[in-house]
Amino acid sequence: MTTEELKIKITELLPAATFEEGGEWLNINVEPADWLSFAQQLRKDDSLLFDFLFCLTCIDWKTHLTMVYHLRSTKYLHNIVVKSKLDRTKPEIETVCHIWRTAEFHEREVYEMFGVNFLNHPDQRLLILPDGWEGKNPMRKDFEDPINMIRL
Amino acid sequence: MTDIKNNHTDSQIPPSGDGGKAPFPGIVHDTPGGGIVLSKLDDVINWARSNSLWPLTFATSCCGIEMMSVAGAKYDFSRFGFEVARATPRQADVIIIAGTIVNKMAPVLKRLYDQMADPKYVIAMGACAISGGPFFYNTYSVVKGADHVIPVDVYIAGCPPRPEALLHALISLQEKIKSGLTREQLKTGKEYL
Amino acid sequence: MFQEVGTTVEGDLIINVGPQHPATHGVLHLVITLNGETIKNIEPHLGYIHRSIEKMCESLTYRQFIYVTSRMDYLSAHINNHACALCVEKGLQLEIPPRAQVIRVLMDELTRIASHELWWGAMAMDLGAFTPFFHAFRERETINDIMEETCGARLTMNYMVPGGVMHDLHPNFQKRVKDFMLLYKKKIHEYDELVTGNIIFQNRMKGVGYLSAEDAISYGCTGPVARGSGVSSDIRKLYPYEIYDKLEFDEVLETGCDSFARYMIRIREMQQSIRIIEQLIDNIPEGDFQAKTKAVLKLPKGEFYSRVETARGELGVYIVSEGGTTPYRIKFRSPGFSNLSALNHIAKGGKIGDLIASMGTLDLVIPDIDR
Repeated sequence: MTTEELKIKITELLPAATFEEGGEWLNINVEPADWLSFAQQLRKDDSLLFDFLFCLTCIDWKTHLTMVYHLRSTKYLHNIVVKSKLDRTKPEIETVCHIWRTAEFHEREVYEMFGVNFLNHPDQRLLILPDGWEGKNPMRKDFEDPINMIRL
Repeated sequence: MTDIKNNHTDSQIPPSGDGGKAPFPGIVHDTPGGGIVLSKLDDVINWARSNSLWPLTFATSCCGIEMMSVAGAKYDFSRFGFEVARATPRQADVIIIAGTIVNKMAPVLKRLYDQMADPKYVIAMGACAISGGPFFYNTYSVVKGADHVIPVDVYIAGCPPRPEALLHALISLQEKIKSGLTREQLKTGKEYL
Repeated sequence: MFQEVGTTVEGDLIINVGPQHPATHGVLHLVITLNGETIKNIEPHLGYIHRSIEKMCESLTYRQFIYVTSRMDYLSAHINNHACALCVEKGLQLEIPPRAQVIRVLMDELTRIASHELWWGAMAMDLGAFTPFFHAFRERETINDIMEETCGARLTMNYMVPGGVMHDLHPNFQKRVKDFMLLYKKKIHEYDELVTGNIIFQNRMKGVGYLSAEDAISYGCTGPVARGSGVSSDIRKLYPYEIYDKLEFDEVLETGCDSFARYMIRIREMQQSIRIIEQLIDNIPEGDFQAKTKAVLKLPKGEFYSRVETARGELGVYIVSEGGTTPYRIKFRSPGFSNLSALNHIAKGGKIGDLIASMGTLDLVIPDIDR
């Protein structure tokens, strides 16, 4: 489906979604509360069939955090990007492990690097960082580590 | 290829096929029916130790591939005695730290070093093991040099070093052992360890 | 240092494989819960080579960060650099001259052959056969010598720049590659005779490590792991970049879903790479090897994503730029990360020997996973 057709279909499924201009693929902004049901619809709908989640990450804009999900369909070969704005003091969003199993590891990584709490995640703990780094969230922009990080 | 000369004693072995390049340490006195070799026991032990060092398979990142190339057929390190690469530290003599050491891996490296039996030697291969390498600035998880964790005898520069550089380092380690200047030998004050 | 996950009953044994282990191809720590000899649960512990590359790249310029990525998946170093260069060019909207495109594709395919060679040698060594290791390294050394003449280094060749390649091909390149191709086509039959047809090898690989197509898609597997289950996922065919849409080559698919299928895919991929190189080696166009760019690159504000097919799967580079000389956020979508998450599913219920065979066919390079 082309970008225009996708836009029409998405607005049918979730009227509250907003779109961003520019970018190679369709960028959709959703509220964190709507994300789980929207994700299930994206996966199950016959004309969309987004069954491949290929990138899950988070960006720290200094006033808020944004979750970014890149999805594609193995049947129709279309791609979309779904973004969700999170509050910086208490970032929480529903997990999508049950829809796309690859999200389990990716969400663990976002949890330890940015501090986002994924509700109902089966196993939320540190993946890559050593013990004792809970809560330090190194990828945030305000992370300071004068002992280990040598600034150029 | 560097000549392997023994610093302590002259060897006066009659010229053989290799031109006396790798002499057995000692002075040979010809007697009818054979010969007598006079030598220090320390030198003989050092000579034997240096010519059969068994490395531990420890490769964390890219330098590990160059170490595997040296184990291959083109640059062969088994002709220097490093034939048997042991997976267990209890049976290894030398640990070649090939790759970056990060904060999570440092206790593991220390434990492996402690498990090795004396005499043991350490080679730091590549820029990451010497000083953190390309990951020196602006990283929160890299140990800036493996010698913060264990004492190192030979450093090899390069990112990754060429296989010939690793072979040169192995030969330098052998010379160091024969001349009694490795870290262990200096620390204990004995030349033969 | 680890927590127990899953239900353990009286009599279960928990063992550690790694981080220092000859068969884990890097520093991977697996905590395995065993019931007798059968695996009940595998839990990978990562982070033993986490070098915080993503944080570091936020302070490097667009020309500098490309070369750190060749240390990420060092067996396909050219392809990693290629992905980063493509992303930066997407942001700058650069046109790449045809000569540079052909040189890039040639280097990519040579790297793919070299990476699969090392995979083959190391995997055979894990299963106990020590000879293929030396055969594999013999071929790899020839490829490394060819690349060293042009690029200057054997393993981490920093050859791709945004706009093309760093210097022109060496005059000997064409002849050496043609000689290598003649030799290699004969040698690749040796591999079939030595390993593939061996009855012990087939018994160890057939029926081991089953991964169905729905699971492969759900776990996000790409590359030979997904193609072994019949999922079409070759980025060179689905979303072609450079000149791949003008070349004739097949996407290799198998429906076996087991370790042997994944093994055969990589062997056939080596043959397809030979096909691509032969189509290109006599038709390298003349012209510039680098497009003209400014010395200091500044990407406009926005987000850019580029993906390529490395020897392990799909590598994605996601750059978020705020208009400066350094990126605001970089994310590398590495193929090994998703392939590893399927390991628990693949190896459950088997024995440890089967785990080693399955892990070999997943072709993991741990610095790629930890970044």
